[in-house]
Amino acid sequence: MNAIIVSALLGVVMMFSSWGTSSAKAQRNIGLVGMLLLIVANLAQLKGWYVIDFDTKGMLAFNQIGLFANMTLFVLTFLYLWINGEEIEKVGNHTADFYAIFFFILCGVSVLTSFDNLLMLFIGIEILSIPLYILTGADKKNLFSNEASLKYFLMGSFSTGILLLGITFIYGATGSFHLLPPVLNPRTHMVAEQFLMSAGLILLFVSMNFKVSAAPFHFWTPDVYDGAPTVFTSFMATIVKAAGFIAFIKVFETQRVALGFTWMLILSFVIVATLLIGNITAVFQRSVKRMLAYSSIAQAGFMLFALYGNSIFNTEALLLYIVAYSLATIGVFAVLIKMKDYSFESFNGLAKQNPALAFLTTIFLFSLAGIPLTAGFFAKYYMLNALLTAGAGLWLLIVAVVFAAVSVFYYFKLIQAIYFTPGEPAINEVGKKYEFKLWVVAVLIIILGVFPSLLFNYLYF
Amino acid sequence: MFLLLFLLIPIASALVLLLIKKEQTVNAIAIGAALLTLLAAIYIIINKTGNYDAPWLPVLNSRFVLQADGLAKILILLTAISFPAIFIATQKNQTAQKNVFLSLMLLTQAGLMGVFLAGDALLFYFFWELALIPVYFLCSIWGGEKRIAVTFKFFIYTFLGSLLMLIGIVLLYSNTADHSFLIESFKHANLTQGQSLTAFALFFTAFAIKMPIFPLHTWQPDAYEQSPTAVTMVLSAVMVKMGLYGIVRWLMPLFPAAFLAHTNFVVVLSVIGILYASFIAIRQDDLKRLIAYSSIAHIGLMNAALFTHNQIGIQGALVQLFSHGINVLGLWIIADVIEQQTGTRSMKALGGLAKKQPTLAILLVGFAFANIALPLTNTFVGEFLMFNSLFQFNPLVAAAAGVSVVLAAIYTLNMVQKVAYGEVSTATSSMQFVNKNAQGVLIVLLVIVFVTGVYPQPLFDITADTLKQLFVK
Repeated sequence: MNAIIVSALLGVVMMFSSWGTSSAKAQRNIGLVGMLLLIVANLAQLKGWYVIDFDTKGMLAFNQIGLFANMTLFVLTFLYLWINGEEIEKVGNHTADFYAIFFFILCGVSVLTSFDNLLMLFIGIEILSIPLYILTGADKKNLFSNEASLKYFLMGSFSTGILLLGITFIYGATGSFHLLPPVLNPRTHMVAEQFLMSAGLILLFVSMNFKVSAAPFHFWTPDVYDGAPTVFTSFMATIVKAAGFIAFIKVFETQRVALGFTWMLILSFVIVATLLIGNITAVFQRSVKRMLAYSSIAQAGFMLFALYGNSIFNTEALLLYIVAYSLATIGVFAVLIKMKDYSFESFNGLAKQNPALAFLTTIFLFSLAGIPLTAGFFAKYYMLNALLTAGAGLWLLIVAVVFAAVSVFYYFKLIQAIYFTPGEPAINEVGKKYEFKLWVVAVLIIILGVFPSLLFNYLYF
Repeated sequence: MFLLLFLLIPIASALVLLLIKKEQTVNAIAIGAALLTLLAAIYIIINKTGNYDAPWLPVLNSRFVLQADGLAKILILLTAISFPAIFIATQKNQTAQKNVFLSLMLLTQAGLMGVFLAGDALLFYFFWELALIPVYFLCSIWGGEKRIAVTFKFFIYTFLGSLLMLIGIVLLYSNTADHSFLIESFKHANLTQGQSLTAFALFFTAFAIKMPIFPLHTWQPDAYEQSPTAVTMVLSAVMVKMGLYGIVRWLMPLFPAAFLAHTNFVVVLSVIGILYASFIAIRQDDLKRLIAYSSIAHIGLMNAALFTHNQIGIQGALVQLFSHGINVLGLWIIADVIEQQTGTRSMKALGGLAKKQPTLAILLVGFAFANIALPLTNTFVGEFLMFNSLFQFNPLVAAAAGVSVVLAAIYTLNMVQKVAYGEVSTATSSMQFVNKNAQGVLIVLLVIVFVTGVYPQPLFDITADTLKQLFVK
């Protein structure tokens, strides 16, 4: 509750902050302080202190995991804003507006981590999505950015329509917007109104897949990620996607029982398709930005494994995966922003010119590829473990690791360009301060790569 | 606590090296660190040392366990001898950014030591990968012309293998009673027969790629040829032993039933590989490729002997782990000396080494004899035991594998003939100076070859406890 209220208020504050000060730096600092405030407010709720407390009539429910998810996403956003602050200013000339948009998105995120009612899911997704359409088109003079924004908007509204239809069906079947365990018909011992319920759930599933860019609903992703200003792509591919996954797992926590075996079948299909399309297409990309877009689809395939079972392992695995993936992705994008063009060739010879930056990029890519000693390894490990505990067939695990090996292909292509191909990197000036920020991310990745449990200790205090 | 030294010495010196640029100091530090590790290795072989055990990941119940039994000791000794030998022998080679090069080499050493010492599956996996990453960079930066593609193939191959092994580890872990990665808990994991077979297949694939066993060997000759020779030495003297080590340490005790069920399959595969590699070796003109194929044949034989599951054969293979490492190291050093000075590895272009550099030629002959496993050399003992076990397993298989001994004599002696004898070729005549460092190392290695050839008992003593554990229930 704290997070929702504070983030909404902060959004409004940021909107009007340009009246108070026109200096972009001041606006940036207000944004960062606001972000800290948001983190503190959420922490306060974790400790049991509320700003306002009232009965939401079963609309929202706050539990440890949801609040903890808020916590991780807020901290990631803070890191993101801290690193990319100056780059955000370079897009458009209304810095404060962007920060307002970020806070509105975070408001949507907090709704998505705590909804207890399908209507709130819908509202959360809309609060999250509409500002995103704006961010995608933020580079007003760039046609690609405009195209991406329009495309995202059209596809997004379509998927929202599907979501609403699904919710309607579920309401028709159960007479409630609540996510109750499926009601069994006492006579048949089958789920009541099974057909309607299943149809509703599948529509919900489709719509959620769209939001997390899982195949075959991924087609918008490469274009939108590629067209959007690079700073914002970094945000969309990490925090927004993570929020989508948390909502996804929340929706189907109780409901997947209704689908029974069909659930396993559809999910396996979607996972394999996502891994296949994401990984194979990424191999053939010539632009690093587009490669990262496809890699984010591939990584989504891995995150979908968390939906396979219901145990705490799944949630743990998903949270760790989100953190590992987001840290690494934010890092890679932060390096990419500094490049003059986004082809693999522009990275040639980076190791000679800027060894520190080359090393940092390597750590980020290692983490994405899941090499031991980085957070990415344990993320993958936890995921495989959760999958096995959930009773998935071994073939699915083997498919997963085969595609993990394929992913090495395109991540290491970048490492090859950096270290082994001589050339002049087309890179803008990287300051010491910026480099320091990236070191912080890299150190976090390595700490989590040696002691992943540090993340979970907070889940059980 | 003492066992930690095997990780700390190389890692610490690797970090120090990154800060130093002066070549002489860099060499001195690397050699010093490697020699220190060698001293530590000798110490643990003479004295008994306790295990090191500390909690690592309490949530997963994974522990930082290092333990040194006979199997670990003999491989640690091999690793500890190889690195100073490589550093000293290649000291004079021109290498750009030598400090980074040696630093990565030392990290590889730490990874290898970790693999041989780890008593916890997750830790084992960590080191298994850790040994690979520096090698990837070493080969890709300092290797030959086609290095990037070749190394990438090598990397993807082994990475896929290790990921499959990771599934095996997860599978076993989720079936242990106490949810632990310790090797002891893994032994008592409650697996169905099907699960046990699957896990066996997953682990075996990883090890088979690493060794490599036919038909998974395709990465190897290219990788050996394209890597800088110092790295090739590590790859073929020590790194391939990781696969064989894995079989003795993990496969045999963990899946005894599945192991026995697959003996025929694997032995036949190995023997095919032995013959295949030997025949190809005969046709090679490139010195490095010849040694690479010869190495595939030898490793295949060790693998076949392990899978006969016969006490004699395993004893032979355990000793051979060490002996093969020493021999092949000697051969690589000679190949490197020749290539550094003549600029070619083609045997057609070489010849007359005996006239130009008699000492080197004598050393070459010595190692060539060891490569054919002539009596009095160290490999004779091992091969005798291994063939013995193969014969008990199936005389036909032993006969087929025995052909490889003849083939080994053909390609090795052919190589000696082309390189050492005949008229002094233009390439050989360009060998101006005697590489004293390399020759010193070679002499020491040759002494080891003959001493352990005449009196192999110490090697048997070191590995006695491993053998006892495997066969006394």
